[in-house]
Amino acid sequence: MRKIKYLSTLIISLLLTVINHAQNDKAEMADTMRSNGRIYVVVAVVVLILLGLFLYLLRLDKKITRIEKNNS
Amino acid sequence: MRKSWWKILCVILLLYTFIGGFLMDVPRLPALSETIRNLYFHVCMWFCMMILFTASVVYAIRYLRSNQLTDDIYSRHFAAVGIVFGVLGYATGSIWMSYTWADPNNSSFQSFGAVAREPKLIGAAIALLIYFAYMVLRDSISDIDKRARISAVYNIFAFALLFPTIWIIPRILPSLHPGGENGNPALDTKDIDSRMRLVFYPAVIGWTLLGVWITSLKIRLSLLKEKRMLQ
Repeated sequence: MRKIKYLSTLIISLLLTVINHAQNDKAEMADTMRSNGRIYVVVAVVVLILLGLFLYLLRLDKKITRIEKNNS
Repeated sequence: MRKSWWKILCVILLLYTFIGGFLMDVPRLPALSETIRNLYFHVCMWFCMMILFTASVVYAIRYLRSNQLTDDIYSRHFAAVGIVFGVLGYATGSIWMSYTWADPNNSSFQSFGAVAREPKLIGAAIALLIYFAYMVLRDSISDIDKRARISAVYNIFAFALLFPTIWIIPRILPSLHPGGENGNPALDTKDIDSRMRLVFYPAVIGWTLLGVWITSLKIRLSLLKEKRMLQ
């Protein structure tokens, strides 16, 4: 578990440093959202939900392993 | 926890998909604009579904060769989770299409008539319905051996029908969906932007591993149930 936590924080900190290059183009992109940093709010929410789902899956996995051990 | 390295890989790849998928640079295209990021989510659902259905048909053939009931359990659960991912792919596709394909002057509800003629949509719907029928067929037979054998044979037919319905017919007919008459857009290295490939390939692996993880839990549960029935 500690390993997962360590690796995930490493990746998050690496990716947060990714800088977006603004380009002048016709397509309408969410540039304001990027420039005022609100996009990080969205990413934080999505990542939190994902981590919650993974935690749930891990707990299920452990529970089934315990039942398997008791059964054999 | 058994064999946990690929589960850790799954967590890492999906975290990377969600963070990189939202923050990294994408090509600036008209009409699509930021929705191009759906490639990391919507398309991956179908990839995952296809891989899970392939695993399902492999176990179906293994059952027919070996007559081991565990192979039948594996086959059933791979198909079930494949259906879940297929339904998710269909649902996400319908949201995406109502913002990119629909006539901007009409509401998406009013342009439904035009959009619903899409061969890709109809094909995917048929493919999913065939797999729904697989589940109905299985659960309507109470004899265990007969159920396993009939559903294994049906599984092979269902898998064979996936190819014309979602891969061949939509590519022959004119379609708004990418990969209409000019090949496979997601795997063609000239079609997909290199910046997107950086996230897309890990995303496919991550989502597939997630599907396999969920399937493995379901299989282990139903093997336990089977063992309890025998005792």
